[in-house]
Amino acid sequence: MPIFKSRAVKVITAAVAVGLVATGCASERGKDGDKGGDKDTFVFGAPGDPGSLDPALASDGETFRVTRQAFEALLEHESGGSELVGGLAEKWSSNPEGTVWTFNLRQGVKFHDGEAFNAAAVCANYDHWFNWTGTYQLDAVSYYWRKIMGGFAKNEDPEAPKANYKSCTAKDDNTAVIEVNEPSANLPGGFSLQALAIHSPKSLEEYKKQQATSKGDAITYPKYSQEAGTVAGTGPYRIAKWNKGNKEVTLERFDDYWGDKAKVKNLVFRTISTEDGRRQALQAGDIHGYDLVAPADIKTLESAGFTVPTRDVFNLFYLGMTQGKNPALKKPEVRQAIAHAIDRENIVKTQLPEGGKVATQFMPDTVDGFSENVKQYPFDTAKAKSLLAGAKEEGLSLDFCYPTEVTRPYMPAPQDIFELMKADLEKAGIKITPKPMKWAPDYLDATEAGSCSLHMLGWTGDFNDGFNFIGTWFAKKDKQWGFDEAKVFDAVNAASKEANPAKRVDAYKNANETIMEYLPGLPISSSPPAIAFGKNVNPPNVSPLTQENFAEVSFK
Amino acid sequence: MLRLVVRRLLQLIPTLLGLSVLLFLWLNRLPGGPASAILGERATEAEVARINRALGLDQPLHVQYGRFLKRIFELDLGTSTQTGQPVWDEFVLRFPATVELSVAAMLIAVAVGIPLGYLAARRRGGWLDVAAVSGSLVGICIPVFFLALILKGIFAVNLGLFPTFGRLTTGVDATSVTGFAVLDGVLTGEIDASWDAIMHLVLPALALSSIPLAVIVRMTRASVLEVLGEDYVRTAESKGLERRTVRGRHILRNALLPVVTAVGLLTGSLLSGAVLTESVFSFGGIGSFIRDAIDARDYPVLVGFIMFIAMVYVLINLLVDLAYSVIDPRVRVH
Repeated sequence: MPIFKSRAVKVITAAVAVGLVATGCASERGKDGDKGGDKDTFVFGAPGDPGSLDPALASDGETFRVTRQAFEALLEHESGGSELVGGLAEKWSSNPEGTVWTFNLRQGVKFHDGEAFNAAAVCANYDHWFNWTGTYQLDAVSYYWRKIMGGFAKNEDPEAPKANYKSCTAKDDNTAVIEVNEPSANLPGGFSLQALAIHSPKSLEEYKKQQATSKGDAITYPKYSQEAGTVAGTGPYRIAKWNKGNKEVTLERFDDYWGDKAKVKNLVFRTISTEDGRRQALQAGDIHGYDLVAPADIKTLESAGFTVPTRDVFNLFYLGMTQGKNPALKKPEVRQAIAHAIDRENIVKTQLPEGGKVATQFMPDTVDGFSENVKQYPFDTAKAKSLLAGAKEEGLSLDFCYPTEVTRPYMPAPQDIFELMKADLEKAGIKITPKPMKWAPDYLDATEAGSCSLHMLGWTGDFNDGFNFIGTWFAKKDKQWGFDEAKVFDAVNAASKEANPAKRVDAYKNANETIMEYLPGLPISSSPPAIAFGKNVNPPNVSPLTQENFAEVSFK
Repeated sequence: MLRLVVRRLLQLIPTLLGLSVLLFLWLNRLPGGPASAILGERATEAEVARINRALGLDQPLHVQYGRFLKRIFELDLGTSTQTGQPVWDEFVLRFPATVELSVAAMLIAVAVGIPLGYLAARRRGGWLDVAAVSGSLVGICIPVFFLALILKGIFAVNLGLFPTFGRLTTGVDATSVTGFAVLDGVLTGEIDASWDAIMHLVLPALALSSIPLAVIVRMTRASVLEVLGEDYVRTAESKGLERRTVRGRHILRNALLPVVTAVGLLTGSLLSGAVLTESVFSFGGIGSFIRDAIDARDYPVLVGFIMFIAMVYVLINLLVDLAYSVIDPRVRVH
């Protein structure tokens, strides 16, 4: 039975043949950022999958990166900047109290499904969100609606905030009026959020047929939000396909778009979760751009001819001190000692990309309300030691949580940054117990619950308003800080309720000065996150809010 | 034969029941409870209470277990907390990619491993034997993900011979029939798509095949050496039987028995071992999904996966036994 010799020979021959064909095929594959002549398709390497094609149900950047190309909100941010400009509304204004917002809508705008955009469509969207019930009222589903507009028409969760949204009226086809109960620092910035982008009323009707549910053991997102077909916005691209198996979302140019048409016909977002994987895919020419470039890779990529623009600074990285966890941290001298002990300049110099800055307060200097007059805590180990001695806390011991296996735009290498801080604190005589944790959910849960004495976190702004930064942390008592100082909360909330923009900026400055007087935590730095593009790509304007418009991309 | 199949299928029941008890107890021991795992870091107490009611966690333990069991039997594996979609749908979507990858890896391992092991045994002490034995030692020692990174760095990034990630190149629009990209291309006549899928499979499959390849080489070699010393081989040779007949019917057929068992078990381990390889190549199969599920503590997915892999192991064992009985008729008698 000649089963072996002949089969072995066949197998080897086949393997050699496959190898030869593969090698032959390779000669067609170019290198360094362009693998073929297809100038109709731009492929972008995203760090994670989107969660939903309906941005109203999302709160994560990867979802918004995709949906932003297809859905537009009433207001937008200027290309490459953080100033508010007209989006679907050409002009907008409010009454002096900041409770009645009038939007003059753009004319001649069409939805991807052929429906006309008008004031009735705007109100249909806002009323749709306001009247959400059941699963949709869970914070995990309607996070941004709750954050910007409070609660719902009928709150089912007793802990949900009171609704601030009052009504939406279509005065005529091109004028929509949105009323809220109280002025809020979240407006008008909130009107620019992707989560409040306008959908075709026809698709809203379809959405109602496929509800999200939380029966069983988790939230099940509605089917329409998981496959292209139903969702329809007004953006320069329409979502054509979501191939979850191949981890890619494909968008097609919308030819009836009211503004400048997209320069490239197809736009594809492909998920490559590792930083190295994205860089290698760009170097091999499999993708045309990617986000969250490691600071260490910037120079290498640039010298190889890739474009690596850095965004303007719009984030803040801080060291959190949880007063509820360790009584010593309740003493202002101890918090000041920690602030003096840490060499922030060194962290910025060695760990952050070029353009990173030491932070003096809990907002970057690009946000209106940044104060030049906050109390400073320069690096001074001797002073840290004497403050600890004065507080009778020599030999203080603190646990310090830090996340592993994660990079954030404001915090590129958490473990390395932790090591630097630990060394600095130990030089000042503070004993540190390291507590490494997985980012999600362990680390986020632990820091949120206030279970760490020290921890590192940060924030990238949603829109240019001080409340989006300091309001996130210091508007009320929060377990993460365990910090309870009415003077600080009052200062922050006063700024939030101020309807006059100029007065609000002054109020934010005052709030920043008050916060830094009490020093609930230590602002460390603000840094510009980098994004990379292939050699044959004309990149879009990069946005400090990480809101790039890919319709601006073209091939050379 | 039918009785064997039925008996083995019945054995599935106690195995899965035992596993389900372990999994259920593990779920009940979770820090923070399933509700906080489902709702994540922003959950309020009221939301947690609501989810606990919806989950029936306010019921006695045996009632909860009964419900858990019923859902498993109905193949209702719950909803993934990462994607908000039914776990079963997520598996159906991703499983073909992993099966395709594992089969490709196993084909490489078998196609190279058995001939190499046989030749190494026949030429014991020669250069091929030394190379095969030491090469297989290296294959077992190098972590698969590290090998994957090396292969990717050299053949995809530096030489540009293969794609760096994914199952298909963007723009290659294969019509999905079975979910197996290579097969779909053949079925729909889109041969380019099949070829593209094969190109995407080569590097991850090579990396994934390293351990089974090494094991198969070593097992085949040892097994053939053992059979070579048996009386019946000497008898066959002394009877003047044709060399091919001796090799095929006497040596290889007998030597393959333990190798077949190993191939079965290795296939099961490949399915669960694809986790890191898929991550390196962003392959989009169940492996990288499970890795993300571990990171996100997506318990419904993990429970479903463990039950699923257990089922696959039992079924593979059944197939191994059937193959065994084909190769060695004595097994059928017992």
